[in-house]
Amino acid sequence: MKQVFSRPPELIDIPSHFCPGCHHGLIHRLTAEALNFYGLRKKTIAVSSVGCSVFLYNYIDVDTVEAPHGRAPAVATGVRRVLPDRFVFTYQGDGDLAAIGMSEIIHCANRGENITVIFVNNSIYGMTGGQMAPTTLLGMKTATTPYGRNFSNDGYPIRMAEFLAPLEGVAFSARVAVDKIANLRRAKKILFQAFQTQIRGLGFSFVEFLSACPTNWGLSPVEAARKVEQEMIPYYPLGIFKEKKETDHL
Amino acid sequence: MAENEDKKIFTRGNEALAMAAIEAGCRYYFGYPITPQGEIPEYLSRELPKVGGRFLQAESEIASINMLLGAGALGARVMTSSSGPGISLMQEGISYMAGSEIPGLIVNVSRCGPGLGGIAPSQGDYFQATRGGGHGDYRTPVLAPGSPQEMYDLAFLAFDLAFKYRTPVMILADAVIGQMKEQVVRREPLPPAPLPEWALTGADGRASRLLKSLFLAEGELEKQTLKQLDKYHEIERREPRWEEFMTEDADFIVIAFGIIARIAKSSIRMARKQGIKAGLLRPITLYPFPVEPIQKLSARVKKILVVELNTGQMVDDVRLSARPGTGIELYFRSPGAGSLPSLEEIAGEMERRFR
Repeated sequence: MKQVFSRPPELIDIPSHFCPGCHHGLIHRLTAEALNFYGLRKKTIAVSSVGCSVFLYNYIDVDTVEAPHGRAPAVATGVRRVLPDRFVFTYQGDGDLAAIGMSEIIHCANRGENITVIFVNNSIYGMTGGQMAPTTLLGMKTATTPYGRNFSNDGYPIRMAEFLAPLEGVAFSARVAVDKIANLRRAKKILFQAFQTQIRGLGFSFVEFLSACPTNWGLSPVEAARKVEQEMIPYYPLGIFKEKKETDHL
Repeated sequence: MAENEDKKIFTRGNEALAMAAIEAGCRYYFGYPITPQGEIPEYLSRELPKVGGRFLQAESEIASINMLLGAGALGARVMTSSSGPGISLMQEGISYMAGSEIPGLIVNVSRCGPGLGGIAPSQGDYFQATRGGGHGDYRTPVLAPGSPQEMYDLAFLAFDLAFKYRTPVMILADAVIGQMKEQVVRREPLPPAPLPEWALTGADGRASRLLKSLFLAEGELEKQTLKQLDKYHEIERREPRWEEFMTEDADFIVIAFGIIARIAKSSIRMARKQGIKAGLLRPITLYPFPVEPIQKLSARVKKILVVELNTGQMVDDVRLSARPGTGIELYFRSPGAGSLPSLEEIAGEMERRFR
């Protein structure tokens, strides 16, 4: 009998510590599949960040360095400048990337660092207990917006994939979701495309994953996935916002 | 002799340091512009590409130190340089490097603070440099050059210590030492160092590696902290460096570092002509502090005068090192434009306090 499907060895076989219904596990799985498909394990340096995303290194079996909060793109830049032939990716949450790490992500993208950024947007601070993030939807109640996020006090949720796309250094920018099978399949295809962008040396690639945080949203796993579909996707549209080809560099 | 002549150059402290870094195997520099250390990045942006290295001007000191962290995680010899305000921004990254045991060289050609302060020479960053600076329970070896020659020599030592102990190392210079031009004798460049066994390179035919400072499991952080403490104790035992000048027969000792020690040497010669038997102890490593020689000297001298270009910081370490009951006095010049003490001024203080 021919085996057609198995756990990629890049995904470490241990019980997940993430909350039931959290999407980190699915995103880890896709990341491991992409590393496996392109045979990247032996040449990958991953950069983990601060927040729930830090635990990437407990699940993905590659060389990893842990960055301070928001600084993963700068750490990855250091890695990239020393070993230009390796595969380098960061894995960051929305508090990490879009709040405290905004300067590092913009300049890294603008330099066109040939790295891939996996951005997990669950619209809230997960590990610290559900505070408002720059990505929190208007009206959404969090631990620090008990009356709901109000634009006059807290500004607006930021759309990172669209925000970074116009920068010259950005070769690929997209937003995906993993709330249902069809979106998961599309997400996999797009993540593979981002990895390919780096492998082909085209420059900075960015994939934003909309992700559920049932614990801090106060919802069941099924309700949380539904919230991604009904509330997040309307504000954070899925799609590819930038896609450079080799010919664009001529 | 002729061979040695070839190794003599006339250069500025900042350039001597940058030159030495390359000769010590440093191939990567990340930094952000600030006065008075501009010659270091300018030299390296010109010279690093010639030896296959990379120079990158970062968007901030926060980014610089994290680029250093990333490059250092690969086992590469890497450095950054800055001055007070920029070093403050780097403290987060230095703490993470210490916690993750990632080596790297951070140069502080210090200026006056607090805040924007000024660009005149100062030793006001002594506490920040020697007390860890960032959050958490760690130490950073700190080297204090007293001349352009030492800017050169201590760059070699800094990389040695950084890799031997897997730690960030700081060189704490000042604007005078950085800008001063004099003769520097160069040495042979080091051969390329072998890659350390912890370096991240990609898990090719081996288990994957992880460099981190987060230790959440019960007892894990305590174990790591005590392991690091053993390392700091070893550094304190093996690595203190200092210079003694005319201490053999001295009744009085001046303790000063950096540019102040250099001025104090001339003051001591003046004082000796007046019959005051004074000597100088100059800490070269500020951490580890030269506790033992100060303890020994304090047992036989009549008085110690600490001279600093701040309002009194190193004097705390002298008090902790000297025997209880030792007479320890402080003479300081508050940093600011034109406030470098003259040799007559320090000699006058010696006359007043030691006579």
